[in-house]
Amino acid sequence: MIQADLNIILPEILLAVYAMLGLLAAVYTGKDKLAGLLTWTTAVVMVLLAALIGLSGQGTNVAFGGMFHDDAFARFAKVTILLSAAAVLVMSQDYMSRKNMLRFEYPVLLSLAAVGMMMMVSAGDLMSLYMGLELQSLALYVVAAIRRDSVKSTEAGLKYFVLGALSSGLLLYGASLVYGYAGTTLFSGIIEAASGGHASLGLLFGLVFVISGLAFKVSAVPFHMWTPDVYEGSPTPVTAFFATAPKMAAMGLFARVLHDAFGGVTADWSQVIALLSVLSMFVGAVAAIGQRDIKRLMAYSSIAHMGYALMGLAAGTAFGVQALLIYMVIYVTMNVGTFAFILSMEKDGAPVTDLNALNMYSKSEPGKALAMLVLLFSLAGVPPMLGFFGKFYVVKAAYDAGLAWLAVLGVIASVIGAFYYLRIVYYMYFGSEAEPLDKTRSPVLWGFLMASAAVMVLGIFNMFGIEGIAEAAAATLVN
Amino acid sequence: MTIAALAFYLFAICAIAGGLFTVISRNPVHSVLWLILAFLSSAGLFVLLGAEFVAMLLVIVYVGAVAVLFLFVVMMLDIDFAELKAEMAKYMPLALLIGVVILMQFGLAYGVWDYAEHAQDARAAVMPEGVENTAALGMLLYDKYFLLFQLAGLILLVAMIGAIVLTLRHRQNIKRQNVLAQMWRDPAKAMELKDVKPGQGL
Repeated sequence: MIQADLNIILPEILLAVYAMLGLLAAVYTGKDKLAGLLTWTTAVVMVLLAALIGLSGQGTNVAFGGMFHDDAFARFAKVTILLSAAAVLVMSQDYMSRKNMLRFEYPVLLSLAAVGMMMMVSAGDLMSLYMGLELQSLALYVVAAIRRDSVKSTEAGLKYFVLGALSSGLLLYGASLVYGYAGTTLFSGIIEAASGGHASLGLLFGLVFVISGLAFKVSAVPFHMWTPDVYEGSPTPVTAFFATAPKMAAMGLFARVLHDAFGGVTADWSQVIALLSVLSMFVGAVAAIGQRDIKRLMAYSSIAHMGYALMGLAAGTAFGVQALLIYMVIYVTMNVGTFAFILSMEKDGAPVTDLNALNMYSKSEPGKALAMLVLLFSLAGVPPMLGFFGKFYVVKAAYDAGLAWLAVLGVIASVIGAFYYLRIVYYMYFGSEAEPLDKTRSPVLWGFLMASAAVMVLGIFNMFGIEGIAEAAAATLVN
Repeated sequence: MTIAALAFYLFAICAIAGGLFTVISRNPVHSVLWLILAFLSSAGLFVLLGAEFVAMLLVIVYVGAVAVLFLFVVMMLDIDFAELKAEMAKYMPLALLIGVVILMQFGLAYGVWDYAEHAQDARAAVMPEGVENTAALGMLLYDKYFLLFQLAGLILLVAMIGAIVLTLRHRQNIKRQNVLAQMWRDPAKAMELKDVKPGQGL
């Protein structure tokens, strides 16, 4: 019996064993001299595992008495998580080795974080949910503070840690209430206790606390306060990581808890998620206008994007989950490209994050400026780009589910949000004359930027077929 | 009132009082001592529930190790707790307000709270029939919750790596012991005998 279970969680085991072997190898041999190599091999292992999961996974398998679910939804999220983590690792290797801050613990921690994220999206029990979440969060707190000589980085790590611990407390409190009133921690048991559109008030209290804890992790308003500071203070490659894989994992977990455990009482949580969604979209759009630092700006941008993704969840339908998955994949792809650009922003060899540094960027590097223009249009949701289709899906899902007011507010927020994305484009093409940025020659960053921009343009034909996969994935979750 | 009920109320009151005084006592050393009372009373509650192994763990691990460690840390660290408290007092009214609001919500909700049908049964039958406490716990940890146990191990590994990454510094220019070099030293080469004539020096 244990063999069958272990077979189902084989990808997680492989990644965890790889992380431990990598740690041993680096500790006993070259230490930080091995860091570059280790980062590359970690990226390769992640891509291979993504291929393994994506190509060989079949049907719905349940392991460890229902604590671990391997279904189309989990596989979709895992492939996205692993591929984006691999992309960020490759970009980090390039950037951090140039800045001489690459340490061998970095790839090891990121692979352990990835194991946690894979557990999160496969969780079928409140306990495995929490264990996966903590494994991920703990690794992220450490990498946020990995530049321990920098005051800002340590501050980011500490803030993230304290607020993360608070959110874990909320989540655990909610989980304990749910356990108390359902009598089980298994999702399959909870859904029985809360079926037919009626849940006891105790369960609802628990659910609200669990939602608050998870909203912290996806940085939805009003639990977003840590995001700008942590994004600004962390080293830029780490920020790029925060903005991609963990967001997908937390959203996947969100969808899984709400549909797998509380799928019978959609009406009860839908209004909570809708409120989080509206607040996130508006705070993200309005607060970003005042930002002059591109990393802080991206933090507010991610808050707004989480609002749109939550809109798909608020619909409470299979189409809503499909929209959520498509939105998250597009969001992750855009962010990989945008951060490849931010990582290459340098002046006199030192990284700059001030928006003013981008003035007349199109003159010195027209190619990169054009790619960034495509990405920014896509982030803003301007029609011909792929980002528009992501927004279109979630808005349609909300409208179909009878949340027309939410759909309208989403469109209004996206118009407000477009201002600050387009302002960057304005700086790049029509800004005042300024000292140009360094012409960094990094083929890796250039490649990711161009590839991501190309996806935003070419994806509009058939979205590379993810539409159908996302639909199948959503169908396994919502029934 | 039976003895068990009496013991329950005694332990429960002690646990709550211990927790309260841990937070509000002025002297941090007293706080730790109150915390030990809270731990001991919780151990008593576990015994009443029939979980004697967990009760022993609580006494041995928490009272014996964790609380003593806390005591050392509190005594060793030079933290001005009065200053921290003053900082906290600034936000006290807001915190109290939020706390009272949440408490009132719970109060309003209590009247209509109901349990799911089988919640009580599932909670009452935590331990299988005819199995000892320790054995039942072992079955849970290493068999039913094997996956969670291993994940907990991974989390501890991350914590260990994190502690090393964030604190270990390899300091340069300090002398370290090299055992092999010491063992392979040749006394003949290490010392040189000089015959110093009186009044001349080297």
